[in-house]
Amino acid sequence: MGSEAITAAKLALRIRCHAIRMTSKGRSSHVGSVLSCADILATLYACVMRVRPAEPTWPKRDRFIMSKGHAGAGVYAVLAEMGFFPIERLDTHCQNGSALCGHVAVHGIPGVEFSTGSLGHGLPVATGMAYAIKARGEDCRTFVLLSDGELDEGSNWEAFLFAGHHRLRGLCAVIDYNKIQSLASVSETLALEPLADKFRAFGWVVRECDGHNHMELSAALGAESIDAPIVVIANTVKGRGVSFMEHSVLWHYRSPQGEELAAALAELEGVSHA
Amino acid sequence: MRDAFVAELSHLAEQDPSVMLVTGDLGFGVLTDFARRFPNQYLNAGVAEQNMAGIAAGLAIEGRRVFTYSIANFPTLRCVEQLRNDVCYHRLSVTVVAVGGGFAYGPLGFSHHATEDVAIMSALPGMRVMAPNDPIEARACTRLCGSFDGPTYLRLGRNGERRIHPESLASLQEGKLIHVAGSSDAPVALVAACGALDIAAETADLLRRSAIGVSLWACPFIAPFDHDGVRRLASDADLLVTVEEHALIGGLGTRCAHAIAALTGRHARHLGFGIPPEPQHAVGDQHYLRSRVGLTAERISETISAALPSMYR
Repeated sequence: MGSEAITAAKLALRIRCHAIRMTSKGRSSHVGSVLSCADILATLYACVMRVRPAEPTWPKRDRFIMSKGHAGAGVYAVLAEMGFFPIERLDTHCQNGSALCGHVAVHGIPGVEFSTGSLGHGLPVATGMAYAIKARGEDCRTFVLLSDGELDEGSNWEAFLFAGHHRLRGLCAVIDYNKIQSLASVSETLALEPLADKFRAFGWVVRECDGHNHMELSAALGAESIDAPIVVIANTVKGRGVSFMEHSVLWHYRSPQGEELAAALAELEGVSHA
Repeated sequence: MRDAFVAELSHLAEQDPSVMLVTGDLGFGVLTDFARRFPNQYLNAGVAEQNMAGIAAGLAIEGRRVFTYSIANFPTLRCVEQLRNDVCYHRLSVTVVAVGGGFAYGPLGFSHHATEDVAIMSALPGMRVMAPNDPIEARACTRLCGSFDGPTYLRLGRNGERRIHPESLASLQEGKLIHVAGSSDAPVALVAACGALDIAAETADLLRRSAIGVSLWACPFIAPFDHDGVRRLASDADLLVTVEEHALIGGLGTRCAHAIAALTGRHARHLGFGIPPEPQHAVGDQHYLRSRVGLTAERISETISAALPSMYR
């Protein structure tokens, strides 16, 4: 593994530990969704995106929108770890008077580009940003992370059609493809396969990778010389990193408390000492 | 109103290169000249209003002053959550423009009647709502959009509306009633929005012929609303009458009633004329559909006469 991947691995572990603590203290849902995309967030911020934590609105920065806003704890955790704001602020997640709500909110949180929470909003907005950036002739990239269940929302397909038509180079959508949605598996709910073919048919460059392998993610998220938007299908496991949360719909909702909290942290921190 | 909007928008685009018009694949023959003159400030998002609203938000984040354009309920109701979450919550400079307010597309049927749009848009937090009455107001409101920061809804008619205001309203002030005619101490104050000033003006003429004193006001600004102006009218008049080509709930009439309700002293009674909150199944042009719901000068003037205290009859 290269040094970048090691950094991403450490960052991913910290995101996971923060998410467990934040969703426990905040008695909030969606910890499984954060664990699913922790490696994607870590790779983006540690290896791929050009950002300046001391200058969050640096004009030449790459943009990131978390369209699956319910995994907001992961965004707050990665931003705090990157130095956008003090890590202590994570303790206020979902607390009265805090800026850190259960979904992603932009107000008062350096590094957040856009507020989300209702699915199907992030890609259209990212598409508009990428269009404006391309029109200015700049090479900043715009990343947007979507869940697989979120692809049920028709607004995404309007944006896939638009971005493919306009050959929006610089736009990169990442699908956190853990194959589980709110009540059951994706295949039982609204099957997405053949997903890669769908994106290709919409004019996108498709890359598939193991969504927990930082080297693979880093390669897949890299810039593309072809004049087209990129979609990265990241194959993931919901609840990844905590054995009793993996592949489980329950942990889309449940907040870890008591023994569950201790067991989850022990398992993650055990990994950190391995 | 539509041509007045496009003419003024072209002027804005000329002055400000950040101005961008995004259409939802509508505006045949209307936007052609704009698209030709300002190719870098024009974008057709296709028949995809949710994406259009999201793209508008993304463009605005990146510094563009965006106007989305479509007809009837497409740029508003079809994407109301995108307007709420993406545009309003982030206070982005996006002006949503709907052509065909009220019954302007009458014969096309219920899908094309924009009759609750003002109520729904003005319920969104931080959304300015302008519903002008004639081409003069439409042009002046569009001009104001060039200086606004934040979300705005501009509700227009279609085209060929009668011009009511004699002058260009060059000094139009946001959020204020516009005096059109008559003395403000007249017993009847007629206030119009949503393209209904022509009906109100005709009503005023009928009342004057019956020797009933009337003042006539235009109120294109639904949000922010001229609460103080309306309260002054209500304090001086016996009847405050609102006329709007929009649902009776959530538009001009509701705003006026709310303003008057805060008055503690003697104040005017409110009579509201608009579209009843039920689906209109009738087929017909704007004039016909207006008459079906009682939006005619004859009907309104009769109701006003009957409602006035006996000393004025």
